[in-house]
Amino acid sequence: MTQQEGERTPLLSLQAITKRFGPLIANSDISLDLYSGEIIALLGENGAGKTTLMNILFGHYVADEGGIWVQSSEGTLEALEPGTPHAALASGIGMVHQHFTLAENLSALDNILLGTEPLLKPRWSRKAARTKLQALMAKSGLEVDLNQQVSKLAVGERQRVEILKALYRDARILVLDEPTAVLTPQESEGLFKTLELLAANGLGIIFISHKMAEVLSASDRVLVLRHGELVADLETSICDRNLLADLMVGHSVDVPTRDAATPGPATLMFRGVSAGTGREALSNVDFSLRSGEILGLAGVSGNGQGTLSKLLSGLEQPTSGAVELHGTPLSRNAAGVIKQGVARIPEDRHHDGIVGAMSVADNLVIEEIRSPAYSRFGMLRFGEIKKRAVEAIQAYDIRCPGPSARARLLSGGNIQKIVLARTLDQEPQVVLAAQPSRGLDVGATAEVHRRLIAARDRGAAVLVISEDLDELLRICDSIAVIHRGQISAPAPTETLDKQRLGLMMAGHPANKELAG
Amino acid sequence: MEYLDILLNASFWQAAIRIATPLIFGVLGALICERAGVLNLGIEGIFVVGAMSGWMAVWLGASLWGGVAVAAGCGALFGLVHGILTVPLGLSQHVSGLGITMFATAASYYTYRTALPDVTSPPRIEAFKPLDIPMLSDLPFIGEALFSQTAMTFLALFMVLAVAFVLYRTPLGLAIRAVGDNPAAVEAQGLSVYGLRIGAIMAGSALMALGGAFLTMSAFDAFFFGMINGRGWICIALVVFASWRPGKALLGALLFGAFDAFQIRLQNEVGAAVPSQVFLMVPYVLSIIALVLVARKADYPRALLQPYFPGQR
Repeated sequence: MTQQEGERTPLLSLQAITKRFGPLIANSDISLDLYSGEIIALLGENGAGKTTLMNILFGHYVADEGGIWVQSSEGTLEALEPGTPHAALASGIGMVHQHFTLAENLSALDNILLGTEPLLKPRWSRKAARTKLQALMAKSGLEVDLNQQVSKLAVGERQRVEILKALYRDARILVLDEPTAVLTPQESEGLFKTLELLAANGLGIIFISHKMAEVLSASDRVLVLRHGELVADLETSICDRNLLADLMVGHSVDVPTRDAATPGPATLMFRGVSAGTGREALSNVDFSLRSGEILGLAGVSGNGQGTLSKLLSGLEQPTSGAVELHGTPLSRNAAGVIKQGVARIPEDRHHDGIVGAMSVADNLVIEEIRSPAYSRFGMLRFGEIKKRAVEAIQAYDIRCPGPSARARLLSGGNIQKIVLARTLDQEPQVVLAAQPSRGLDVGATAEVHRRLIAARDRGAAVLVISEDLDELLRICDSIAVIHRGQISAPAPTETLDKQRLGLMMAGHPANKELAG
Repeated sequence: MEYLDILLNASFWQAAIRIATPLIFGVLGALICERAGVLNLGIEGIFVVGAMSGWMAVWLGASLWGGVAVAAGCGALFGLVHGILTVPLGLSQHVSGLGITMFATAASYYTYRTALPDVTSPPRIEAFKPLDIPMLSDLPFIGEALFSQTAMTFLALFMVLAVAFVLYRTPLGLAIRAVGDNPAAVEAQGLSVYGLRIGAIMAGSALMALGGAFLTMSAFDAFFFGMINGRGWICIALVVFASWRPGKALLGALLFGAFDAFQIRLQNEVGAAVPSQVFLMVPYVLSIIALVLVARKADYPRALLQPYFPGQR
């Protein structure tokens, strides 16, 4: 296989691409060849330069050095004009961005046809386009209602529209940036089936990912990027999880270990709590959270987790029943909840976790701004705030230009570290962590887990809400399942496995023996 | 019921359409800009530019249609300025638009005063005359109500169809609607966000200028200071009322024209019992009410007011 490839002409060849943003080298001397029928995974941590490289390929950025060659229809390599998406499209490169580039006010068909006809064409029949798309859909299995407005399409359907956009333009090279970030496991599986089919039809495919499982199962070749450098180009068949993790991070990652818990008394009690409306409604929920214990709450998103988080954050009130902390009712507003010792690590950290326009330092103290440590006579104590920020940046290894950098500009992992530093350093009694490692790379995930275990060891009661079963099985002492607003009785983690949890998440009772 | 008699009078309908004509131009222009994602508050000033430049071209010897072309060209020029400031430079669309309005108004007055330093009564031109359409203009009632209009009114009505056709039936219109919703989608399909937006602003501004030109070359035959009198701002409100659709834009402009024509006649009927300023308020109050009812569920172009910088995530 490999010897033959040496003689074949690649579909796409990136040669010695270097891209700098100021002092930061996003891509350093990266070369890669993509052949017809091949699926390449581009693996790397957040900020490793994967997306930058693909944006150069698609013409959103211009490389400082190096060039891109694409196979022409005659089979020879031709240089791609840098810096214009138009040239990239014309040469057969299709890109599915992580954040979909669809106009929501238009139909799926209009989105696909956008830019494919000369703008000033006076008469325009969509009939031929429709026929071509029907054929493409039948061939690739990418079924979409072409007449539906995009705003009414589900996430998975929007992604299919994005892929059809590329196929409609006869793309021979398909690039997908983190294609599974927004998909359910079932949708991801379907996507990779489609990609295999497309590759079998002769397309060359590159997908960007930081999830090792999908890289190992879906790619032919893995390219690992680290800090902007290409550190490995390997056949997937010879790779395993540990090897890839080490390559990605550059050193082996210590997965945090957890000693057996020594749970104390129940700290937080839900007594017959009903709250919320619609799919997210909780009905008559009873459960308790013990100090010195991490309780995992597994479940498919939208089964009441949102309402539970809001209740514990003081953003919503129960319609009946009561939430008690140490026997006293939980405060009815967010500030009171914080004062009672609840640390909140919200699901959407960019939106709810930080104030993006404010500095790292301000975000670190924002929950304690009234305390005499940070304000006096109604005025902020800048010196103290800065001192605190410098300490936290050090202790939590928050990578940022400095305490006065705007929080919005940080990567997801570093934003999560700000949230952790802000909430956990207040020595909370209860920690609510919603999807704490979603979208984070291996290193940042390990750090989050380490901090949560440390909080438990200090005696806090920790509730982890997550869809990631691996995460729950790794760090939780016991796990309950939330399904349609009902929470099952927690079971010790040792007695559970993924399969069993998966069935419980789909609504099967915990104690029922598995069929077959 | 003499109030209702007003509605039965053909001259009322004729006036309503005449009053609506500059608004039709203006609201279509604002609609094109906003569909591409850019608010153009330069509209009030661009009306003045259109009114002054079209009239002056004719006064200096150009033909009437020549004047119309000059007005459109001058409008497009100010649109280009607004486009450069708000699209590649990404400045605040509000600030730039208001700046254009002040600058364009002042520049028009300055040009007028420089050309005519000491006239007291504004010089007149030979303006557009109502067209005499065979058969139609001779119909009883309908003929006077609907068909005794100048060529520019018919141009405005034609423009409604033209804008609707371009927006909904051509690849260009598809691209304009897309760039106002998600410019990243347009760039990802290989089109130029800057080109589309600046082009749309220029075309929209040219239409706005025609609204001004109608006033000096068709409704009246001279240029006065202050003659635009907020018509541009009304168009900004009418676009929302119209939910960014050309057909509804026409309806909104006609409604406003009808309110205005009605209040003029109502003043005569009721006479001195109510101060005339109350009647002047009527169309504006009614448009605010209409706006409150409609705008609450208005579906703004999603990228309206948001500058786009390629490559930025």
